[in-house]
Amino acid sequence: MSSRFKQALLGARDTIPMLVGAAPFGIIFGTLAVSSGLSVAATLAMSIFVFAGSAQFIAASLIASGTGLAVILVTTFVVNLRHMLYSASLLPYVKHLPQRWRIPLAFWLTDETYAIVQNHYLRLQVPLKHKHWYFLGSCLAMYGNWVACTLIGVLLGSSLPGMAGWGLDFAMVATFIGIVVPSLRSRPMVVAALVAAAVALLAHTLPYKLGLILAALAGVVAGLVAEQLKGADRTGEVADEQR
Amino acid sequence: MSNAEIILIAGMTAITFAIRYTLFAVGHRVRFSPLLSRALSYVPVAVLTAIVAPAMFMPDGEHWQLSFDNAYLFGGLAAIGIAAKWRNLLATIAGGMLVFVLWRWLFS
Repeated sequence: MSSRFKQALLGARDTIPMLVGAAPFGIIFGTLAVSSGLSVAATLAMSIFVFAGSAQFIAASLIASGTGLAVILVTTFVVNLRHMLYSASLLPYVKHLPQRWRIPLAFWLTDETYAIVQNHYLRLQVPLKHKHWYFLGSCLAMYGNWVACTLIGVLLGSSLPGMAGWGLDFAMVATFIGIVVPSLRSRPMVVAALVAAAVALLAHTLPYKLGLILAALAGVVAGLVAEQLKGADRTGEVADEQR
Repeated sequence: MSNAEIILIAGMTAITFAIRYTLFAVGHRVRFSPLLSRALSYVPVAVLTAIVAPAMFMPDGEHWQLSFDNAYLFGGLAAIGIAAKWRNLLATIAGGMLVFVLWRWLFS
């Protein structure tokens, strides 16, 4: 087996926990979108071409409430802006690659793949050379899983109409908690999380999910300020917690 | 698929891809300052927490639900506890879902 293929398999394997978390989310999207009035073909096309779970979810609920195209597109933009931050963070690791690699890796960039791949790149003992195959493996696993689960959701939704009320969307909450909590290893990180949570709760009335972007920015700034204060607090000490 | 659906999906696809690809596209010409790089390290935690907190405290997306029958809140707290103790993603998802389902079944 070539080492490229091995890296891709490793990437897919490391993504398995994320697949478990995303599966119920994809299923519920499939059932919800069809009951929101989207056709079966459009529901599948959305998972195949847009491939952005939370934006798809929000779009489905906006369609259900009769919202116009422009508002749905603006909301898609705001909700997905975080991916630009992810791409900025991964940029140092992909900028040596040709565009034929960068285009698919960008298309398939999600919260879950970002969490897995960033963690992998941080482990410096692994040589950089074939890491994009690891990235690709994670992407393909998430994509196949998402499209398959959307299809399952569409099929189940037509046979079990009450499924949208089962609370399967909680799987996404549990997945994100499982990503965030282990990374809260320094005080500035905890501050960033607490401030982001507080602002998200207070700003939830803002339209088009602007509260989400505001909360994320507030969390980042709070983390930087906390880091600065900590640095001023004990100068000369090695900042072992910075990661 | 209706025309309106095709326009909607084409629009969402273009917007999402543009957001994900822009920086990758010009990547070799971009350099980040150390401050920006440090700021970026807080991005995942800040974004994901900003999604999770409202989902736990206001599951309907609009109203605070600080009550005992809020399974999202207690399932989430259980997931936080499991993640803090064992740092295992699969255990967090499985344990959180289990508490969520049981809570729903018992209290609503």
